[in-house]
Amino acid sequence: MKADFQIWRGNASGGKFETYSTEIAEGMVVLDAVHQIQAAHANDLAVRWNCKAGKCGSCSAEINGIPKLMCMTRLSELPLNKPVLLQPMKAFPLIKDLVTDVSWNFTVKKKIKKFKPRPPDAQDGTWRMLQQDIDRVQEFRKCIECFLCQDVCHVLREHQLHAAFIGPRFLVHVAALEMHPLDIEDRVEELKKANGIGYCNITKCCTTVCPEDITITDNAIIPLKERVADRFYDPLKKLFRIFRSINK
Amino acid sequence: MSSFDTYNYDVLVIGAGGAGLRAAIEATANGVSVALICKSLLGKAHTVMAEGGIAAALSNVDERDNWRVHFADTMRGGQYLNDWRMAELHAKEAPDRVRELEAWGALFDRTKDGRILQRNFGGHKYPRLAHVGDRTGLEMIRTLQDHGIHQGIDVHMECTIINLLKDGERVAGALGYEREKGQFKLFRAKAIVIATGGIGRAYKITSNSWEYTGDGHSLAYHAGAELMDMEFVQFHPTGMVWPPSVRGILVTEGVRGEGGILLNREHKRFMFNEIPELYRLQTADNEEEGWKYTQGDRLAKRPPELLTRDHVARCIVREIKEGRGSPHNGVFLDISWIKTKIPNAAEHIKKKLPSMYHQFKKLADIDITKEAMEVGPTTHYMMGGIRVNADTQMSTVPGLFAAGEAAAGLHGANRLGGNSLSDLLVFGKRAGEFAARFAKENSQGVIDDRKVEAFVQQALEPFERTAGDNPFQVQYDLQDAMQDLVGIVRKEDELVKAMHELKKLRERFSKVRVIGNREYNTGWHTALDLQHLLTVSEAITRAAIERKESRGAHFREDHPQKDEHSGNCNLIIVKGEDGQMLVKRMPLRDMRPDLIQIIDEMK
Ligand SMILES: Cc1cc2nc3c(=O)[nH]c(=O)nc-3n(C[C@H](O)[C@H](O)[C@H](O)COP(=O)(O)OP(=O)(O)OC[C@H]3O[C@@H](n4cnc5c(N)ncnc54)[C@H](O)[C@@H]3O)c2cc1C
Ligand code: SF4
Ligand code: SF4
Ligand code: FES
Repeated sequence: MKADFQIWRGNASGGKFETYSTEIAEGMVVLDAVHQIQAAHANDLAVRWNCKAGKCGSCSAEINGIPKLMCMTRLSELPLNKPVLLQPMKAFPLIKDLVTDVSWNFTVKKKIKKFKPRPPDAQDGTWRMLQQDIDRVQEFRKCIECFLCQDVCHVLREHQLHAAFIGPRFLVHVAALEMHPLDIEDRVEELKKANGIGYCNITKCCTTVCPEDITITDNAIIPLKERVADRFYDPLKKLFRIFRSINK
Repeated sequence: MSSFDTYNYDVLVIGAGGAGLRAAIEATANGVSVALICKSLLGKAHTVMAEGGIAAALSNVDERDNWRVHFADTMRGGQYLNDWRMAELHAKEAPDRVRELEAWGALFDRTKDGRILQRNFGGHKYPRLAHVGDRTGLEMIRTLQDHGIHQGIDVHMECTIINLLKDGERVAGALGYEREKGQFKLFRAKAIVIATGGIGRAYKITSNSWEYTGDGHSLAYHAGAELMDMEFVQFHPTGMVWPPSVRGILVTEGVRGEGGILLNREHKRFMFNEIPELYRLQTADNEEEGWKYTQGDRLAKRPPELLTRDHVARCIVREIKEGRGSPHNGVFLDISWIKTKIPNAAEHIKKKLPSMYHQFKKLADIDITKEAMEVGPTTHYMMGGIRVNADTQMSTVPGLFAAGEAAAGLHGANRLGGNSLSDLLVFGKRAGEFAARFAKENSQGVIDDRKVEAFVQQALEPFERTAGDNPFQVQYDLQDAMQDLVGIVRKEDELVKAMHELKKLRERFSKVRVIGNREYNTGWHTALDLQHLLTVSEAITRAAIERKESRGAHFREDHPQKDEHSGNCNLIIVKGEDGQMLVKRMPLRDMRPDLIQIIDEMK
């Protein structure tokens, strides 16, 4: 059986969708089809991949308009009676075809204060941590940096506020650091100011696309927002409460 | 004259997996300027895919473990062809390197008393692998990456090195191109560390990514460095076999470490049929004892599923060849059976092997908590590589260092699972340290611009051809030839045939044609990678012809026994004066008496 794929071909200065037809076999994923097309019809087709098993986060693209990993999307999940539409991620500048310039993400990470552990617990320089105390952070550390959550977040995608907002991926990163049982650094002020956590209005689109099933909004962003609120708004709230009780 | 950007560094690290990152971190810590180069984005190197764990005798789970046992296990696993000094340093230093990761933010799974948990793995006597579920490599690379980006390392991502440049005998720099625009970059450096990983793309069925085209091996070889142990390619016993598009993707040994068993189509546990002599005293007498071992019973011996990879892979091949394979030419790997042994087995499996659960569910429609997986051998790891000094990691070319999978020595004829990640840390650190020292003690070598110009022209040639092969097709044909003729089971006439095939492929490579322009052109990238694939494939084949015995990962059907007489040596590959590839025998170095004693005691 053959299936058709409409793949975006072009670079920053322009391009168009090209249609390719390729043979489909049982169990194939989108990335397999792209590779077949690349080998047979379009040797210079730009695409990133490494692991082909959802572990490296390289093969992010928009499949029929939805941000996904191409290596983990089976063709059997897609309607093949019409062409499968393949586009690069939209939240980042295009390099070529399915490849975008994601370097902004690497710059953002560098600006976040690094891990700073408390002094070791034991004589031999090691620490003691209980499994139940690290489960939460281990969830965040599953992140494969596919940047699909960044791609889908309207603050970056539509409003292009890359300069003011670090995006869900790096809020997860900050959460992993802040909730790390050993970490003693304080990142609450930068969360509010430099990281722009206030821009997130909890639409949860990021959580929906995360291939690692990280509960980005509920487990990472909301607790961080609470920390920010406690630090910056709590005194006001307190004042307000006092004011009300006096008026009663 | 073509244009290229020029950069100057004290130390240039090629490769940003565990070994390269660790080397770069160490070199900067020693106060020199460092560049780190990688073909993909940062954090996407092979190391990210590692699953099972990092081997280090922390003795958190079993206090009987220590560096001596780890040393003896590594040497036995490598059939004593290992560089014993490397095996010693590795066993001694791995625990510190793992603890260091924790100090940099890594969060390993914990023991009940809050220390780093360790799991069982093939060939390791005691539970020794520090791990995070089955995504240990991700934890390791992310920890190193997040630590490294704050150390002042210059990272050049999506940049591929295509040639090394020398000044007389010593190395002086490297030429590469960046993928985005296809511009050339010249790096001048006082010392270079090669940490480019393996060669798995020389085979059709592999757990390795597009990056594994043996670049570092080939760059070093053409720069005059010696390669060693190239005949030893590890075929991991358990790769996915169905559906066809996932063929080769790894199924971690952790499945067997957690109690998974191998069955043939008759549902017989065939691994009990043949136990190698070297391991007889360490292997369980019956199925119940094997199960107890995986559950931490300290008196029990390991189940035969956890014998070394070379042996398990061959047993699987035999079952399939003799008609007892599974429907898609594999065998069954079953972890779901543990539900007869423990309550909440499904939850337990999902917790211990989350990415395996996910991988099979998503890619093969199989729920591993309910059904058996189908698995078969897949090309996985290269024991062979650049020959280095055990202490400094310097190759036979002054100023050129190597670490990680690209270097040889630690693993001998067969690597134990988990010993790679620890290798990266221990020897990555050493390479970084000694490269920095070399850079401090030596000035920058002179690079001949005409040489650079010639390399640039050579790299651009494929664009000028109007006829000729498609680079992908040449790569596929090379993979087919290596898979069929230089695979798990080898014999002389097939190996000789492979040499002829490689010769033809080399001719086709010289005429390969690339369409389009230099911007992110994967066809061009594939064409340039081919020269490395051809070099390493030839090295593997020549060494495989030369070793007329069976040992570790190298199995010769026509010489099925180990031959202590001819085989107790390492094979060295070096480029001859006339450009011909030469194979030389190097006798094993005499082992230090105290280490011999350890091995005897642990027998
Ligand atoms: C699926 C899988 C699971 C594994 N599980 C385990 C495990 O549980 N335990 C264990 O110990 N081992 C495991 N291994 C093996 C281990 O992961 C690898 O051997 C190890 O990660 C190799 O690390 P490295 O630093 O040498 O190279 P890599 O991590 O592969 O990095 C190589 C780097 O070199 C760069 N590079 C290559 N060529 C060039 C060039 N020409 N120019 C510039 N850059 C270049 C690449 O871009 C990359 O950054 C596993 C391997 C696989 C494939
Ligand atoms: S929940 Fe917040 S971070 Fe996530 S997509 Fe919505 S706005 Fe963006
Ligand atoms: S949080 Fe999830 S979606 Fe976002 S980068 Fe990480 S893995 Fe990808
Ligand atoms: S190729 Fe690694 S996630 Fe798709």
